[in-house]
Amino acid sequence: MEKFEKLAGVAAPMPLVNIDTDMIIPKVFLKTIKRSGLGVNLFDEMRYDREGNEKPEFVLNKAQYRGSKILVAGDNFGCGSSREHAPWAIADFGIKCVISTSFADIFYNNCFKNGILPLVLPEDQVDILMKDAEKGANSIIEVDLENQTIVSSDGEVFSFEVDPFKKHCLLNGLDDIGLTMEKEDHITAYESKASQLFPWA
Amino acid sequence: MSTPKTLYDKIWDAHIVHSDPDGTCLLYIDRHLVHEVTSPQAFEGLRMSGRKVRAPEKTIAVPDHNVPTTENRDDGIDNEESRIQVEALDKNAKDFGVNYYPVSDIRQGIVHIVGPEQGWTLPGMTVVCGDSHTATHGAFGALAHGIGTSEVEHVLATQTLIQKKSKNMKVEITGKLRPGVTAKDITLAVIGETGTAGGTGYVIEYCGQAIRELSMEGRMTVCNMAIEGGARAGLIAPDEKTYEYCKGRPHSPKGTSWEMALAYWKTLFSDEDASFDKVVTIKGEDIPPLVTWGTSPEDVLPITAAVPDPETFSGGKIEAVRRSLEYMGLQAGQKLSEIEIDTVFIGSCTNGRIEDLRAASEILKGKKIKEGMRAMVVPGSGLVRMQAEEEGIAEIFREAGFEWRLAGCSMCLAMNPDQLEEGERCASTSNRNFEGRQGYRGRTHLVSPAMAAAAAITGKLTDVREIQ
Repeated sequence: MEKFEKLAGVAAPMPLVNIDTDMIIPKVFLKTIKRSGLGVNLFDEMRYDREGNEKPEFVLNKAQYRGSKILVAGDNFGCGSSREHAPWAIADFGIKCVISTSFADIFYNNCFKNGILPLVLPEDQVDILMKDAEKGANSIIEVDLENQTIVSSDGEVFSFEVDPFKKHCLLNGLDDIGLTMEKEDHITAYESKASQLFPWA
Repeated sequence: MSTPKTLYDKIWDAHIVHSDPDGTCLLYIDRHLVHEVTSPQAFEGLRMSGRKVRAPEKTIAVPDHNVPTTENRDDGIDNEESRIQVEALDKNAKDFGVNYYPVSDIRQGIVHIVGPEQGWTLPGMTVVCGDSHTATHGAFGALAHGIGTSEVEHVLATQTLIQKKSKNMKVEITGKLRPGVTAKDITLAVIGETGTAGGTGYVIEYCGQAIRELSMEGRMTVCNMAIEGGARAGLIAPDEKTYEYCKGRPHSPKGTSWEMALAYWKTLFSDEDASFDKVVTIKGEDIPPLVTWGTSPEDVLPITAAVPDPETFSGGKIEAVRRSLEYMGLQAGQKLSEIEIDTVFIGSCTNGRIEDLRAASEILKGKKIKEGMRAMVVPGSGLVRMQAEEEGIAEIFREAGFEWRLAGCSMCLAMNPDQLEEGERCASTSNRNFEGRQGYRGRTHLVSPAMAAAAAITGKLTDVREIQ
């Protein structure tokens, strides 16, 4: 997995609440058996008309947001299905950080497995960053994972919380499976205990 | 005296393989359910790293999302991408030696219906699947939740999951339900009360008289939609009904093993003084038959109500409601019972079990659906379908004018040929009314099976209590 240390870039504003994973990547694109190439279909039904033409009013189709690295979104972002295609599409587009007042649980976890930092901030701070994002190309937001800070385009500094283990994995681009396999002895010990206690399982 | 524990605490503690000082735990997974959409990349990951499935005997795969539900499906799947995905699961199941119910197997169906039906899901277990509706299995007092594909690969390789404990929420439904009110209305009422983000960070335990009085099918419906309220999982403490349901299923324990399991299952309840981080109480008798009007499951109101005015909401929800009313083609003030529909879908992991089909058929008996209505019923598994045929339910549906389909996810999520056309409006027993969920620009109203049947007869959203 790609490491996440620092990020600075334009943020795309999407103030809509409850942006669900069907909006992020509609089910028609779940038929792939690969992880890559989904960025072009990110927010597909909001981004293109039925003929596949870009809708000019959609935020990521505007010149200043086409290269966004950050997304500032309304509450409860990523609700709905468990599809990891949602973070795959976001990362493939080039967005590595999503900021909101809250995220749906499964989506939140999926982000960390794909080098994306989902940031939960209080409403007043998200509002400031949303306004920042709305300014467009000249408004650069900086994210520093190591120091857990985010700097608005006006130089305002906010700090954020992140689980220490998730932070460690993201900073170092670590693969969870490799880490867990180092605990092989613990798994084997559990299995042997469980086969006595819960033989039916 | 030991600290009182919730049901969630008990299951969690029984599955800890390793815990770090910061609370990060490695949790053992008893059952891993797999379907074709969220697994191909995980199996590919195993191949690339030369890893095996650690416990193939605890891994159960079944294709459901892409599978056509028409009689001719043995001829193959027309859509190439869908076919490739199902074929990939066929191959992965064979190569890695996991339990498998292919499309041709009578036991095939929606993964969350097949698991309990075959006795894979049992009380006290941890159950995961790359599917958010894994919450369904919580009805057995199993800790069950959806995971992403990276986690699917993690569970395949290690039979564990890295987790931090959620908070405990108790949702109590007191008293009795009124006639015409079902498990679906309970679960919609809870989401209406807490909102779609109200459960975020929590595991919900549902309890109270109205929950106890539900059948196992009804309990699965309630837990199924815990995720729509944002919760990690829903749980219901096992009782006599649970044991009765599990007994004699192909993969449930037998003989002395059964006795041992039963003794353990009887310890699975929240201790009297156990503390919950949040408690929600709803009176069962206050719950009416409900319908959704918007594009989020929290957009729910009694069938007797009217479409709300966006201005009566606050914050970001005002814009979201404006957007959903435009998407849904509805006007504020319009009576919900006057909304005309053209499609009815009965099925899904929420409402595709035998009891759901019985409830709908009760309403349909001796009646016809409205002329021009497209109505389909899709049993949740081949065995549910067979049972419904034996009970004469299939005949009632057919005579009423419903299409009687083969098992699969069908129109719940439109990854297969069953989809809404642009602008079509559906009374659906599924779980999500998101934009485009049932087809591009399709419009979804979530209802119970009985309400869906009533709507099929009248051609509009209908109060089932008014159907004689």
